[in-house]
Amino acid sequence: MFNQPSPHEVKILTRCFGVENSHRIDASLAHQGYDGLKKAIEMGADAVINEVKASALRGRGGAGFPTGLKWSFIPRTSPKPKYIVCNADESEPGTCKDRLLIQNDPHSLIEGIAIAGFTMNSNKGYIYVRGEYRYLIAILETAIAEAYQHNFLGKNIQGTGWDFDLYVHSGAGAYECGEESALLNSLEGKRGTPRLKPPFPATHGLYQSPTLVNNVESFCAVTHIIRDGAAEFAKHGPEKSGGTRLMCISGHVQRPGVYEMPLSTTLPFLMNEVAGGLRPGRTLKAVQPGGSSSPILLPEECNVGLDFDSLAKAGTMAGSGGIVVLDDTADIVSYALRIISFYQHESCGWCIPCREGTTWLKKILERLDRGEGSMKDVDLVGELAKNMFGRTFCALGDAAAWPTGSIVKKFRGEFETKLAAHQAKQVSAELVMIG
Amino acid sequence: MATTTAPPTVINAKLNGQDIQTKPGTLLINLTKELGIEVPAFCYYEGFTLQAACRMCLVQVNNSPKLLPGCTTMVTEGMVIETESPLVVEARKSMLEFLLVNHPLDCPVCDKGGECELQDMVFKYGAGESRFVDIKHHEPERAFSPVVYYDPARCILCYRCVRVCDEGYGVNALGVINRGVHSEIAPNLGDQLNCDECGACIDICPVGALTSNTYRYKTRPWELKHVGTTCAHCSNGCKTTLGVRNDEIMRANNRDSSGLNEEFLCIKGRFGFDFNHHAERLQSPLMRIDGQLQPVSWSKALSAVAAKFLEVKAAGGKFGVIGSNRTSNEENYYLQKFARHGLGTNNIDHARTGDVVTLVDALSGKQGKLATMADLYQSKAALVIGSDLSQQHPLLAYELRRNWRHHQARIYAMTPGPVREDKYAAMKARVPAGQEIAALEGWRDQLAKEGELLVLFGDSVKGEAVRRLVDFGESLGIPVKYVALVDYANSRGAIDMGLTPELLPGFVPSQKPGLTMPDMLDGADLDVLWIVGANPLERRSLTGKRPFLVVQDLFLTGTASEADVVFPAASAYEKKGTVTNVTGEVQRLSAAVKTMGAKADLEIFGLLGKEMGLDLGIWTADAVFAEIRQNVRAYNVTMPILASGGAAPTTPVNGRVNVEMRPDLIQSAGDTLFTSGSMTKYSQVLNSVPERPGQLYKPV
Repeated sequence: MFNQPSPHEVKILTRCFGVENSHRIDASLAHQGYDGLKKAIEMGADAVINEVKASALRGRGGAGFPTGLKWSFIPRTSPKPKYIVCNADESEPGTCKDRLLIQNDPHSLIEGIAIAGFTMNSNKGYIYVRGEYRYLIAILETAIAEAYQHNFLGKNIQGTGWDFDLYVHSGAGAYECGEESALLNSLEGKRGTPRLKPPFPATHGLYQSPTLVNNVESFCAVTHIIRDGAAEFAKHGPEKSGGTRLMCISGHVQRPGVYEMPLSTTLPFLMNEVAGGLRPGRTLKAVQPGGSSSPILLPEECNVGLDFDSLAKAGTMAGSGGIVVLDDTADIVSYALRIISFYQHESCGWCIPCREGTTWLKKILERLDRGEGSMKDVDLVGELAKNMFGRTFCALGDAAAWPTGSIVKKFRGEFETKLAAHQAKQVSAELVMIG
Repeated sequence: MATTTAPPTVINAKLNGQDIQTKPGTLLINLTKELGIEVPAFCYYEGFTLQAACRMCLVQVNNSPKLLPGCTTMVTEGMVIETESPLVVEARKSMLEFLLVNHPLDCPVCDKGGECELQDMVFKYGAGESRFVDIKHHEPERAFSPVVYYDPARCILCYRCVRVCDEGYGVNALGVINRGVHSEIAPNLGDQLNCDECGACIDICPVGALTSNTYRYKTRPWELKHVGTTCAHCSNGCKTTLGVRNDEIMRANNRDSSGLNEEFLCIKGRFGFDFNHHAERLQSPLMRIDGQLQPVSWSKALSAVAAKFLEVKAAGGKFGVIGSNRTSNEENYYLQKFARHGLGTNNIDHARTGDVVTLVDALSGKQGKLATMADLYQSKAALVIGSDLSQQHPLLAYELRRNWRHHQARIYAMTPGPVREDKYAAMKARVPAGQEIAALEGWRDQLAKEGELLVLFGDSVKGEAVRRLVDFGESLGIPVKYVALVDYANSRGAIDMGLTPELLPGFVPSQKPGLTMPDMLDGADLDVLWIVGANPLERRSLTGKRPFLVVQDLFLTGTASEADVVFPAASAYEKKGTVTNVTGEVQRLSAAVKTMGAKADLEIFGLLGKEMGLDLGIWTADAVFAEIRQNVRAYNVTMPILASGGAAPTTPVNGRVNVEMRPDLIQSAGDTLFTSGSMTKYSQVLNSVPERPGQLYKPV
């Protein structure tokens, strides 16, 4: 854990955090671990899917697609093998929740995956762990071994005659592999580039077979939804954004950290009441509410709810739940450069606009960050971002273009100030030399 | 109750304001192509998997601000498509602007300059000025193999090369390494290619990223004269377009997709033309004077040979004539006429490489049993017996694979060793040469279930085995077609034109069969042996009485160096005429270049006949072909097909061939992808690549 819990939190997914040895199965079983799986087996597949639908759970990876609906797309009676894939390639800057879930409560994840496996009539699951999360692999392997020992994985699980094997697969450090089809390519041993869609993974996923891909937090949520009922979960959020989510708030707040909050929470409440507000004497400059891919919000735009629909209405997105707060000391030009540098480094290179666009944007922003260039360059950044947006093969290009475009649009003045300051410095330096 | 509605047969849509109709399942980019509207694209390439990577073909659908790639969007009912709306035009322009960010503008020295797709698109759709003022990302160029060079900076990553190698040829030698702006094409097995060296990746490259060692930095494309002709090497008969400058072949490709091979060429077709300019090409007749071969004039050599021929003929002496697998139909026809009518001998033969004759005989009375090249791509199933197609018949291997990729054709491979077809064959078996027909019985039930079958067999099936194979095929109860595989560019034509002692042109049995080739070489006590474009004495010598030896060849081969007189011959790229490929299709040869001092074999025959006072007819290719059309069964082909560079099919099955061909005379040379009989020695390219045929099948 990064931080002290907040009294405002609603602890469902994180309820075992802080329990001694919470990552071991004994602790898990003492806290109703695997009751959800047993209940799912009693309920049957159709009822499980209806329950997930009723919970209004939306994908926690970033896209916010209704999880129950996604589950209903899997052709469960297909003669092909069905695969369950857990996307643990958590790489969005500002997001650090999946690692905590795996570290503190891996069994709720395994249970969620097993519930999905049972529901989809699948016999094989994979957890694709981000390359940089090496230390989590040992935790997962131990937890999986324990689950096998207790017959929550393996052959004839709980006497049902159903078999399910679960494997951990390590990525090699590519943000792009968090995109589900690139993840599947990587899992198959291929280059981590996205696939053409349609067909979608639901029907043509891993090895061209029906595949369910969900985020770590989504699977963990399913465990609790099935055990405690959909209504118990859904009640914490607005109608179409059910439950709680692990909100990762970072930047210029006094108590940054990961807090499990109801989706009905508003951004000012999270910033000020949960995360302790800005440091004394500072004023708010901007907030990126959904990971580095989301368009930036000005202070006057920050009075929004943190659920998927409210943020979309505000012209940005809930994304992966990584909230970055910038106060007046932040250099927004440097911030824009930091963001584009990430996407330039992570662009897989598959399509032209993303590969070349991120590189070009980075070069211009490097210049602007040094105070060089002109306002024409600032306009060019905006135009290039516009030319990239919506035209790349996958969403990585959008993720790079969207925040960059919003920053130059909303903070044009900051760029102007920085350029003017640099020019003034140069002029005075020249005067010194002449003098 | 659910009612089933028939799927629509026609889709109605609107394209740039026009109402149009198309078939269901049509890709938007193909629709526009059919209608003559250009939607530019780099990564889209017909016949290969879809990539949607270059984003050039973005078009506007149903007025949505989010543009869709035309290469992956199916046209649906009521779709409103705009390919020239301001948004689309602006997107194209910006995509080209992105492409040029790191593309070096070295067009003045780039091989592709003038025929570069990127140049053309920037010219048509690009911005007038560049807004990029920063430093370009650059990587130095590198050699992937003795043939293939790669310049990463020029690469636009359309993945055409990766796909043609993997999907097209089944070689999978190329992949992508690194990521983002550092992405580049690289050999899959380390830093060197271990592949067919076919150069398809080079030709398919839309820009100058992949270049060939034979062509790079040598010329500008607009300086070339383009001559369409037929490849001089194997029997598959690929159309190749030679780029000629100053009487030198600079390159060969088939980018216009004309001919039965469309874009396909192997290393021999694409690069193996270099034998033509080899320094050892003969440029003057040679005569043995004082035991040494010495250059003499044409008139001296011709009169010496004519005098000797007349003298031997007058004395009732014995002639022997050995023809070629590579000379044109006209030359073969004229040579046998020369031998039979001019010299009065039936001692005429060539190195036989496949049992076409027994096949034709076994199929007598049946129609449509001999396959054409189109059948390789269309047949629902194919059976390959005793031949490693991708080594000896690369076009056939490519077409079968294409058939499997596009039509899910079922391929059966029965060969002595591993072959490339193994990877995708419905069934495969390792069967030693000679045991195939017996082994086939094990596949009978399976084969009988196929809707139709194409049978290709190598030289291990000959004589009686061919008859048994046909019996087997005809007993399956399904339509079966056959191909008897032969080795070289005109092996088939040599048989059809009667370069055998048993058969006259058109499979007409000779009343008085003469000596076969081995008989002529072994103690036949000939007075004259005339060898045209063949090299039987490379590894053996004549036994018995030494005849007066006349040789026509491009080089001083092992055979030519034994001769009393050597005539320098023109190559297939230097003369007019026709050749017949393995599937019996006649194609045209065009004279692209000339070598000073050399003459076409046909001209040599004509001049020699004239010198001897014989009346064998006019010796121009056109006149001789007119005679062939009249006299040779099945060669009355449609002239416009030939004249326009097409492949005209022959259909020789229409009756018994009443001779027994000796099976022991049939022997394939067993060439690989990197050898071409005696010509191998004179091609620098073929000698520069590693000879590791087995390597090509190692699973990656």
